[in-house]
Amino acid sequence: MRGETLLRVEHLTMRFGGLVAVNDLSFTAKAGDITALIGPNGAGKTTVFNCITGFYKPSEGRVALAHGGEAAFAAIEEATEKGARTLSVGDGAIHLLERMPDYIVTQHARVARTFQNIRLFSGMTVLENLLVAQHNPLMLASGYSVLGILGLSSYTTRQREAVELAKAWLERIGLTERADDPAGDLPYGAQRRLEIARAMCTKPILLCLDEPAAGLNPRESLELNTLLRDIRDRDETSLLLIEHDMTVVMEISDHVVVLDYGVKIADGSPEQVKNDPKVIGAYLGVEDEEVAAVEAEVEGRA
Amino acid sequence: MAVLSQSTAAGAEARVPDRFVSASKDAGFAALVTLGLCVPLVTLRTDSEEGGELILVPRLGLTAALCLAIFFARLGYLLLWGKEARAARQPTSRKEAIKTVATPRHSLTTIGLPIALGFAIAYPLLVTVINGGLSEARYWIDLGILVLTYVMLGWGLNIVVGLAGLLDLGYVAFYAIGAYSYAILSTTFHISFWVCLPIAGMLAATWGVLLGFPVLRLRGDYLAIVTLAFGEIIRLVLINWVPVTNGGAGIASIPRASFFGLPFNDDDDGFAAFFHLEFSPMHRIVFLFYLILALATLTSIVTTRLRRLPVGRAWEALREDEIACRSLGINTTTTKLSAFATGALFGGLAGSFFAVRQGFVSPESFNFLESAIILAIVVLGGMGSQIGVVIAAAVMIAGPEMLRNLGFLKAIFGENFDPSEYRLLIFGLAMVVMMIWRPRGLVSTREPTVFLKERKSISSDLVKEGHG
Repeated sequence: MRGETLLRVEHLTMRFGGLVAVNDLSFTAKAGDITALIGPNGAGKTTVFNCITGFYKPSEGRVALAHGGEAAFAAIEEATEKGARTLSVGDGAIHLLERMPDYIVTQHARVARTFQNIRLFSGMTVLENLLVAQHNPLMLASGYSVLGILGLSSYTTRQREAVELAKAWLERIGLTERADDPAGDLPYGAQRRLEIARAMCTKPILLCLDEPAAGLNPRESLELNTLLRDIRDRDETSLLLIEHDMTVVMEISDHVVVLDYGVKIADGSPEQVKNDPKVIGAYLGVEDEEVAAVEAEVEGRA
Repeated sequence: MAVLSQSTAAGAEARVPDRFVSASKDAGFAALVTLGLCVPLVTLRTDSEEGGELILVPRLGLTAALCLAIFFARLGYLLLWGKEARAARQPTSRKEAIKTVATPRHSLTTIGLPIALGFAIAYPLLVTVINGGLSEARYWIDLGILVLTYVMLGWGLNIVVGLAGLLDLGYVAFYAIGAYSYAILSTTFHISFWVCLPIAGMLAATWGVLLGFPVLRLRGDYLAIVTLAFGEIIRLVLINWVPVTNGGAGIASIPRASFFGLPFNDDDDGFAAFFHLEFSPMHRIVFLFYLILALATLTSIVTTRLRRLPVGRAWEALREDEIACRSLGINTTTTKLSAFATGALFGGLAGSFFAVRQGFVSPESFNFLESAIILAIVVLGGMGSQIGVVIAAAVMIAGPEMLRNLGFLKAIFGENFDPSEYRLLIFGLAMVVMMIWRPRGLVSTREPTVFLKERKSISSDLVKEGHG
């Protein structure tokens, strides 16, 4: 259902003691889009990610994800009142992510993520990394290990399929030759790509990337753009990404949300955001007369 | 050219006295440390006089001899194998050296286990032939049983510590639960060993899960301390719950295992009569040997299979990075619990075997030292490695026993010298040497569970040890 709303973040607030990291943030992400979340250091981007992926329980607010088209959002109030994590609606379902523990967000709501500081299983091979990502379907196929120990054939077939999926992803990220090397031995750029491929092996409908281009050289950065566009166009996966590299953001994103001090200051297409004085101010700082001008403007609006 | 080489040779000669001076300084310091250690430990010996009164016997000569021995040993070591001496001989970097040893180790892990199994199967026959009779070989078969018990315990703990990276200092608790399960079930309800064995395993696994639930939120040191406490709690319960466990006196006359219903006695319906053999009490011992061999082999096969299943990969992934596991939809709680339960299951089976072999259990057998020895076997062997555990168990368990057989040392040190008194000293020395020489254990490389083209061992610098 490309073009329909996939994710709705509503009035999300996260407090750590007295510190308000995210304050009353609302935005939406559309299916088939690359949505970028940008902002200066410490703006609360990673906190938003952790709230969406279940690593933090937000202090307030709601994070809803629709499976099978935006029609599922019709049931959002019903689900909220029932205290349910998930409510089926027709073919689809509504998932309230803020109520789920982290692993359920990936397993049932099908939201995958990567990390700002790469978190690969460095002592395991590249192929093993991609197989760990397919843990849940494989676990089921192995009869929760009981049938697997007895060596039942259904598991062997399922494992071969899992290896095929891993091979397909290795092909796409250009690491087929290094499949049997430990992940910790790969160069930095390849580790970033592998982490994305590993997240994709969980077959997500929403992939959250935390600074995927950090530390990449211009050529690798370009390759990454191609990979991300490829994921958006070929897989049934929408992307939500945090990024500092503005060339990446402007190049590939369809929709940009700008955060500063935990508050949303702009929301729109890359073009709109690029020319927004508040965004420029947040990133570059502003001269005194401009501050006065913006303040006057804001007061005038109010 | 000649001038140049001459001058470098002269330079090398000039450096030799320098090296000698620094080495003697170092050796002198070592001798001083030895002196410091000797004063409380060696110099004064307490002895009893004829009347039973305690007296102090000064042993200055021995102290001086020890200090001198240390001085010359250290000096010799520094001059012959010291860092500078090695640097003078060949300037290879340490990293290169690591890379080159990585390949042959691979073959050790793949062919090591079948060789070990073959040796174990032939072992009773081998010692019988060497000692010239089954009864004469009893000591050696008993020793084999003991080593195999610890191999099995090491493999069981290896699942928890080596694969899942959860430091468990109370593993002996599950060993105790298995032993007491069989002891109580067989003496009270007269259930046979073969029925009790799986029950004991299940009970231990259940306790593994019960312990796991409150504990697995903890990480690292905290987890280690709580598991240690759990081990002690079980032991104290065994001591104090007198109506069930008979307290510190233990449970005696536990029924022996039968050969699938044939008891090992000289009756007409016994094992020997059934197979038309002459009765010998050794039949039971040999049977026990093959029983523990079968149990240990089962542990090994199950562990090897589990490693290749998703749950085993999840254990290892958990050791590598728990947060990444959660981001991939893995329920870390159940994964940890399954590791705990599987480890406990094998501990319980080994415990049942212990009870049936001894015929007697008491809380004394399950103290912290047992946990420490099993953990030391896992760490020495290399965490996650199966063949490493076998070697480590053989060294740790059979090694101290071998000290009893070093009778020739009496000729050197006098009639009163008993080498087995030095077992803990040697144990400590071996630990220190291991920490320096192979800090990640004997077999430190990791074998991948699946591969596309080529199976490559993974060097230990990349494999994490887990942190709780």
